[in-house]
Amino acid sequence: MSILVNNDTRLLVQGITGREGSFHTTQMVEYGTNVVAGVTPGRKGQEIAGVPVFDTVQDAVEATQANTSIIYVPARFAPDAIYEAVDSGIELVICITEGVPVNDMVPVYHYVRQQGARLIGPNCPGLITPGQAKVGIMPGFIHKPGKVGLVSRSGTLTYEVVNALSEAGLGQSTAVGIGGDPVIGTSFIDCLALFQEDPDTEAIVMIGEIGGTDEEDAAAFISANVTKPMAGFIAGQTAPPGKRMGHAGAIISGGAGTAAEKMKALEAAGVRVAQSPSQVPGLLQEAMSA
Amino acid sequence: MNVHEYQAAKVLATYGIPVNPGKVASTPDEAEAIARELGGTVVVKAQVHTGGRGKAGGVKLAHTPVEAGEAAAAILGMDIRGHTVHKVLIAKGADIASEFYLGVVLDRPNRKVLVMASAEGGVEIEEVAKTNPDAIVKRLGDPLVGFRPYQAREMGFEMGLPADKINGFAAIASKLYDVYFNEDATLVEINPLILTGDGQWLALDSKMSFDDNALARHPDTEDMRDLNEENATELEAKRNGISFVKLDGTIGCIVNGAGLAMATMDAVKLHGGEPANFLDVGGGANASQVAKAFTLVTADRNVRAILINIFGGITRGDEVANGIREALGQVAVEVPIVVRLSGTNAEEGKSILAEAGITAVTSMDLAAAEVVKAANG
Repeated sequence: MSILVNNDTRLLVQGITGREGSFHTTQMVEYGTNVVAGVTPGRKGQEIAGVPVFDTVQDAVEATQANTSIIYVPARFAPDAIYEAVDSGIELVICITEGVPVNDMVPVYHYVRQQGARLIGPNCPGLITPGQAKVGIMPGFIHKPGKVGLVSRSGTLTYEVVNALSEAGLGQSTAVGIGGDPVIGTSFIDCLALFQEDPDTEAIVMIGEIGGTDEEDAAAFISANVTKPMAGFIAGQTAPPGKRMGHAGAIISGGAGTAAEKMKALEAAGVRVAQSPSQVPGLLQEAMSA
Repeated sequence: MNVHEYQAAKVLATYGIPVNPGKVASTPDEAEAIARELGGTVVVKAQVHTGGRGKAGGVKLAHTPVEAGEAAAAILGMDIRGHTVHKVLIAKGADIASEFYLGVVLDRPNRKVLVMASAEGGVEIEEVAKTNPDAIVKRLGDPLVGFRPYQAREMGFEMGLPADKINGFAAIASKLYDVYFNEDATLVEINPLILTGDGQWLALDSKMSFDDNALARHPDTEDMRDLNEENATELEAKRNGISFVKLDGTIGCIVNGAGLAMATMDAVKLHGGEPANFLDVGGGANASQVAKAFTLVTADRNVRAILINIFGGITRGDEVANGIREALGQVAVEVPIVVRLSGTNAEEGKSILAEAGITAVTSMDLAAAEVVKAANG
């Protein structure tokens, strides 16, 4: 079947009257996602793409039983929007917004977990279960329903790989973009665990990039817990060191963070690692028939 | 964003952390005058955004004002790891009894803020992490209640500080945690934090980096930006919503999306070429963005061919193609261009480009191979 979003998803859009919010609401409705409500404070009574707008998330949830929220508000309002969603009983919050300060995300991350909710992002393209629900900004048409679960830190690179998979006849159960920021709500490991449990996901693709140790942590998790065939790609093999990573950050990661180390860790965990995105479908088929 | 040592010291001082007072000079004469004012032995230190200043000869001791002027003359204009020295800091020589390291940084795996300290101060902490990791003591701040004084005291005891120095250390560690949070830093480091001969704590050297995403709410931090330390092209790109990082190769890259931009550089390398830059044009990829991207890429004289890699999602291929055509009307590009167009309306985009005499391909690998051939041909 899928993970996280499906035909039971009742989606709420926070920041629905903004330029991004209204454009993508229309796109999601056209795809067939069940968008039940939108929120922009002070805009109660309006409609965007036939979706009713409310002043607060609480009002929207009471009126429509929304269970998932997607956030398109500017960075300085995004943490508050996440808190509002979680406090109103939303179980799954997807934050598309880019540019949220890390210090704001640290308490948000822990608060969301404490309340038993799940956050995806920020700075992510969202997620899609092809044919059922598109909750994000990805182009819907490149996705095909199928059995491959995909998790990625990137946006357009994810589309690149999804497109290659679809062209090779490998449809997707769910494709999740977890976001490229240092502190994100849902990690590779969280998604890998869900895909491993999902009876209709038969194989998994993981797309990582340089920085941090999430890929290495995922590799350790894969060795111990994932039995499904996997292929992967790590972007940034030619990226210069030290350009985006903090000086002391290298200590905690124990000198890790390079593409080469991440590729090595994943290969050691039995993941077939591609040198180019176009090799992913072939390697995945190889893993599936092995 | 990074700042200089003298700027970091000012920030520490506003939080009540004891720092070694000093002044900044841009000429040997200024340096000499400051040394005379301070009196006694002074240290003259290069102010550049990089480590390893000592090893490069960018830090000198001067016993007289004349010596300070000479030291400044030697250091100003020096190149340290690619950074030209425009300013030196003149500070009183300190009486060092013992040296420590104290730092606050994001611990990504735990999604918490980490406070680190070591009794092996004065050397790069990365070195300590490699050679003697047990010498580093660590505590995580709680995201809701912060870093508490008892944690700082525990760190002090673990480092073997004498009992009468514990509270002084704990106060500095707590204040440094406040600097990290209140100023939206991504790294704050005091190295070395010293005990002087008469038992006083003193932050002798410090380093700070700030979260670019939070600069809007810290105008004082933005004011500390030193344009001499930043790549002019990268700044120009940023002002236009383009992420750009200069590299040393010959193949210019223009891509939509950061992940795809990295993967494109990798593909160029895989096919035997060397990327000249990382460039993410951002969401739109319209004519004005593409024109700006051309300007940025062609400003690099090493560029012998350009690869444009666009995966059309919400951005449509025909829009991108029109953007490229228009941009070529605005900016003269004299090197070969290879376009890879895929996704939404890619076919329409390709025919628009064909009319303009530009061949576009669908596969990223093919495009990378083509552009490497073009650069070598």
